[in-house]
Amino acid sequence: MTEHSEVMQEETQIHSGAHVHRDDEGSKMAMWLFLFTELLLFGGLFLLYGSYRFEYADGFKAAAADMNSVIGAVNTLILLTSSLSVALSIAALQRKQKALALGMLWFTIICGLVFLVNKYFEWSHEIGMGIYPGGPALENMSNGEIIYFGLYYVMTGLHGLHVIVGMIFIGFVMFFISRDKITATNYQKLENAGLYWHLVDIIWIFLFPLFYLLH
Amino acid sequence: MSEQSQTAELTANQTYNAEHTNTNNGEHSVSYGTYFMVWLGLVALTSVTVTVAGIHLGSLTLITALLIAAVKTTLVGYHFMHLKFDNIIIKIFVMVCLGIFLCLWILTFADLSFR
Repeated sequence: MTEHSEVMQEETQIHSGAHVHRDDEGSKMAMWLFLFTELLLFGGLFLLYGSYRFEYADGFKAAAADMNSVIGAVNTLILLTSSLSVALSIAALQRKQKALALGMLWFTIICGLVFLVNKYFEWSHEIGMGIYPGGPALENMSNGEIIYFGLYYVMTGLHGLHVIVGMIFIGFVMFFISRDKITATNYQKLENAGLYWHLVDIIWIFLFPLFYLLH
Repeated sequence: MSEQSQTAELTANQTYNAEHTNTNNGEHSVSYGTYFMVWLGLVALTSVTVTVAGIHLGSLTLITALLIAAVKTTLVGYHFMHLKFDNIIIKIFVMVCLGIFLCLWILTFADLSFR
């Protein structure tokens, strides 16, 4: 009898829990709307890339030939793997495997860090060669190459900022998971962090061939 | 007694599941294996992009690279971003947004090509 009443109480609690104002669908939709603004932000830059490539095809090809496509490919693999680990962390949390979910998110953050370290070495190498605004090497280049490197720094730089923001976002989500604020039945925040991280991955999926492979 | 508690537990679980379905975007537990397969597909497509870029296809190089990137994006969106399970309204939103984006490209290039 006591057991029964305990269950009843639990049921009531769960029932009242369902009335706590929480709209996962709305939260998800808001995240998607935000991602659409991100698409237009990067989309505008991609459009700029497309139009200038159309006008300065030779300059773009010459500039892309200088890029280190191995670092680009490695970074692609890193981001793809980090996308996998975010997806796995959601699946793990759904199965109430909190430790695994947190581990996967740690792995994602480490992937983000490795990506940024690679980017640092890459940029340092290019800046070291004098390719920077007002740099000696850039001044002797054709218009097409100058525009290419301008877009390269802006687009990969903006993407890098997004990687940093994504890592901070995931960091907050990890804090909430460890405090059981995000759980197997209430994981929309994790899902939203995942959506953001996947978007960052998708942008790189386009940046990689456009800047590293088309020469 | 134990039977009664079992039944009660079952009811509690059902209530729990019902609550789960209402709030957390439906029950969708994708197996870890599926995600690994999608990842393998993405890695394979990346190696295809790198290989194809080595072959000189002329003007087709850009189109091929963009097509492969589009396929990869679809894989990420459909499986990793769970569009597969999403409400139809979110799917429509995504399609409309991509449609607008495509229009921007078409209009810009229509302008550039006939200058």
